[in-house]
Amino acid sequence: MKDVREALFVGTATDGRTVRRPLSPHLQVYKPQITSALSIFHRITGCALSVGTLLLVWWLVAAATSDAAFATVSMVLHSWIGHLVLFGWTAALWYHFCAGIRHLAWDLGKGFELPQVHASGALVLIATAALTLLTWLIGAVIV
Amino acid sequence: MSKSPTQTIMRSGLGRARGLGSAKSGTAHWFAERVSSVALVPLTLWFILALFSLAGAPRAAVGAWLASPLNAALMLALILITFQHMAMGLQVVMEDYMHEEKPRLLAILAMKGITGILALMSIIAVLKLAIGG
Repeated sequence: MKDVREALFVGTATDGRTVRRPLSPHLQVYKPQITSALSIFHRITGCALSVGTLLLVWWLVAAATSDAAFATVSMVLHSWIGHLVLFGWTAALWYHFCAGIRHLAWDLGKGFELPQVHASGALVLIATAALTLLTWLIGAVIV
Repeated sequence: MSKSPTQTIMRSGLGRARGLGSAKSGTAHWFAERVSSVALVPLTLWFILALFSLAGAPRAAVGAWLASPLNAALMLALILITFQHMAMGLQVVMEDYMHEEKPRLLAILAMKGITGILALMSIIAVLKLAIGG
């Protein structure tokens, strides 16, 4: 035992074995469901968007540095792999945006009934797909 | 004689000194994360709309766009609040999934340092384009 807190994690399984209680994320004890899947996806997209901010920083710093630096970032962003990354970034952004608004509604105490939770979850997925496609459609028309 | 009010603290002195258990700052962290997310709703929509005219635009167009004080101010707000929201979110992820005290503390400090530098780099880039022309 490395830590005094670990004394609190000793438990007994149904067959009598002594086990260490699971710590979060303890996904192994849950059946996958839309509620938990969308919850963990909110975190995953948050982490992905954190990495994605590197693109924003690179773009801004290049624009503030030189024509050559800006040409490099433009070339990368306009390559097929750049478009693929930007598409993923857009999808992650819209998901985190929509799921975040769903979380804010919960924080206001709204939409906690299970049928409402399932409906808002489906709505988040539909809105993410629609907004991502709309963004690229407008982008394709304008740019 | 009136008795002075007393409060019984169930936690051990060692536990409190090592910061184990509630650090008494969870609600402030939680609330700041929500406040920043509310601010990011309009700022993100504004930035996506701006990107429609900036995607594929030459460097001079980015400079001209940031020469507008309103655009520069909104961009600085977006950067500040995005990196603040990001650092708070990543900290919670690390606190939830990293169970060893020392690596967790080091990871959180490193993450805060990196996000802080990234935010400052972006801010300086925006200011340079906005003021330097």
